[in-house]
Amino acid sequence: MSNRRKPIVSTGDRLLGAFGARTVIGIPYVWLLLLFLVPFIIVMKISISESDGIHFKDMFTISDGTLTWNVKWGNYAFLASDALYVKTYLSSLYYAAITTLICLFIGYPFAYFMARSPAAWRPALLMMVMLPFWTSLLLRVFAWKGLLANNGVINDILLGLGIVSEPIKMMNTSFSLVIGMVYAYLPFMILPLYANLVKLDIRLLEAASDLGARPLTAFWKITVPLSKAGIVAGSMLVFIPCVGEFVIPELLGGPSTLMIGRVLWDEFFSNNDWAMASAVAVVMVLLIIIPLAIFNKYQTENAAREKGRA
Amino acid sequence: MKPLPSSLSKLKRALLTSAAVAGVAIALTPIAASAQGVLNIYNWSDYIAEDTIKNFEKETGIKVRYDTFDNNEILHAKLVAGKTGYDIVVPSSNWAAIQIAGGLLQKLDKSKIPNYKNLDPAIMGSMTKLDPGNAHIIPWLWGFTTVGINVDKVKAALGNLPMPTNPYDLVFDEKYISKVKSCGVSFLDSASEIVPTMLHYQGKYAYSRNAADYRDALPALQKIRPYVTLFSSSGYINDMAGGSICVALGWSGDINIARQRAIDAKNGNKIEALIPPGGGVPFFDTMAIPADASNVENAYKFINYILKPEVHASLSNKVFYANPNKESIKFVKKEVAENPSVFLKEADAKKLVAVDSVPNDIRRTITRIYTSFKTGL
Repeated sequence: MSNRRKPIVSTGDRLLGAFGARTVIGIPYVWLLLLFLVPFIIVMKISISESDGIHFKDMFTISDGTLTWNVKWGNYAFLASDALYVKTYLSSLYYAAITTLICLFIGYPFAYFMARSPAAWRPALLMMVMLPFWTSLLLRVFAWKGLLANNGVINDILLGLGIVSEPIKMMNTSFSLVIGMVYAYLPFMILPLYANLVKLDIRLLEAASDLGARPLTAFWKITVPLSKAGIVAGSMLVFIPCVGEFVIPELLGGPSTLMIGRVLWDEFFSNNDWAMASAVAVVMVLLIIIPLAIFNKYQTENAAREKGRA
Repeated sequence: MKPLPSSLSKLKRALLTSAAVAGVAIALTPIAASAQGVLNIYNWSDYIAEDTIKNFEKETGIKVRYDTFDNNEILHAKLVAGKTGYDIVVPSSNWAAIQIAGGLLQKLDKSKIPNYKNLDPAIMGSMTKLDPGNAHIIPWLWGFTTVGINVDKVKAALGNLPMPTNPYDLVFDEKYISKVKSCGVSFLDSASEIVPTMLHYQGKYAYSRNAADYRDALPALQKIRPYVTLFSSSGYINDMAGGSICVALGWSGDINIARQRAIDAKNGNKIEALIPPGGGVPFFDTMAIPADASNVENAYKFINYILKPEVHASLSNKVFYANPNKESIKFVKKEVAENPSVFLKEADAKKLVAVDSVPNDIRRTITRIYTSFKTGL
């Protein structure tokens, strides 16, 4: 083959190649910088700014040659002083975790089935997972209202069949909240799992079977560990947006299922306190990023160690 | 103090938008059209007659873009962020007071509003506290927060307990609300409606500037919390008309809309908006022109058009809220004009609490008390 021969490249081409590579690698960094880091810093700045509710004071002023800083850390102190915030963060993490677990529980067999089905079917199956995205999220969430309400479809059927004598309260409870979140985020679990499982080398399972492993053992010892990357990716795609979810709790949650999105709304709109709202948002981002960073570091170290061992 | 540099405020607006993706109303930012013959209006939802805009466009040739919101908070956040693209906004007067102080609304040139003379001087006088000299805002419609009932269902639920003379007892007194819970109790889902009404019920000033007054109201609110079956600021209209809610702490006009829907559906539900004998807590929604509006002349034309007696009357006819236009009453349908919970009798109107605005720290207290009330946290 001709490409086995070392290609002859001029210095100019090499420079251009290096430049091209850098550009390609650079684009995601610029993207992250512009659309994540810069906005985050702005939110951060607002969270320590002084304001009268309409205008913000300049962060620092220079008058008569002296520099005055107007920085207010009070919002963060306030976050810690009122149990409401801590409890709401915990409750948001709790609902996000439950949603992630249920999504994993439903999504894994789903993705597994898709990955094992005949190749000709797969595009159709994938389509079925993605089809709901063609409708607005609001509509899809609202549809649950029609199903779960006291005079909704499910209660009507149960009442009609005489199974219950009065409607079961499902709407505006933590039950309806979790159902709505699982429903909305399930595709985000299935897709990465499917992408991972479809690449799984079936011969590994055959080998396990030849060596006497039962199907369940082979599944736990081979399929699950090999799909770990898909599980992690899917769980993150579900967990992270769920923590800050606002729409679904507003429409399906009950008066007492408090999540951080609502508290943020209250700070921003009801209290007209942008600084406090920003502080709540900063803490939320940190709450998600710090565990992720630790987990990521641990993963990389693990991978490096295993490489070293091999 | 300096206003935000525009680039920062733009980013903030982006932030605001993402923070409120849920706010269906906010999803579309208006196009800041400045071409002649355009008018961008931002008003409350379900707050206008079907032909109001159509007739205005026909009469003036101005093309109207009409967007709606369903709470003051969203409008306020948009005005604070700036460059809303709207030429007419309709904040409630106590929010407008904050916006006026912050320089977000224009001073009106009354020579461009010949129909200004139609406004009821008594109502305009009552607004000078929030808008000195009536310089910035003109009422669109007004109403009050009160209790609406399904007459037969409430009577049945109360059993041998007589109807209280003060309708607020039905929602704020455990003795009554515990009885009517069985047929469904709905509260407006808004801190700035529920908490001041409770203060008023407790004989305190509804817009108290003393944080302790609000904290004192919490135990009473928590006592009735188990009996509130629904928190809703608009869905309760249909629930009430359909009979799944028998008592609502809501807005006078909405309750009358529910009444009308029940009559139209002939479902036998008799809905009535009660009038608190001790005076209710009113609200005035007012037209104003944002400081950075680009179609100011057209905005004046629109305000002048609304103030025509027959136009203002058509709004009241449609949404059952009183208008401040003293010349309009002869154009108001008889059943609306005679409904005592739409146009209050003078004695009842006099007892209304004067609307006021509260400073930011009190607003925070109100929100916090409400969150405690609702969630127990």
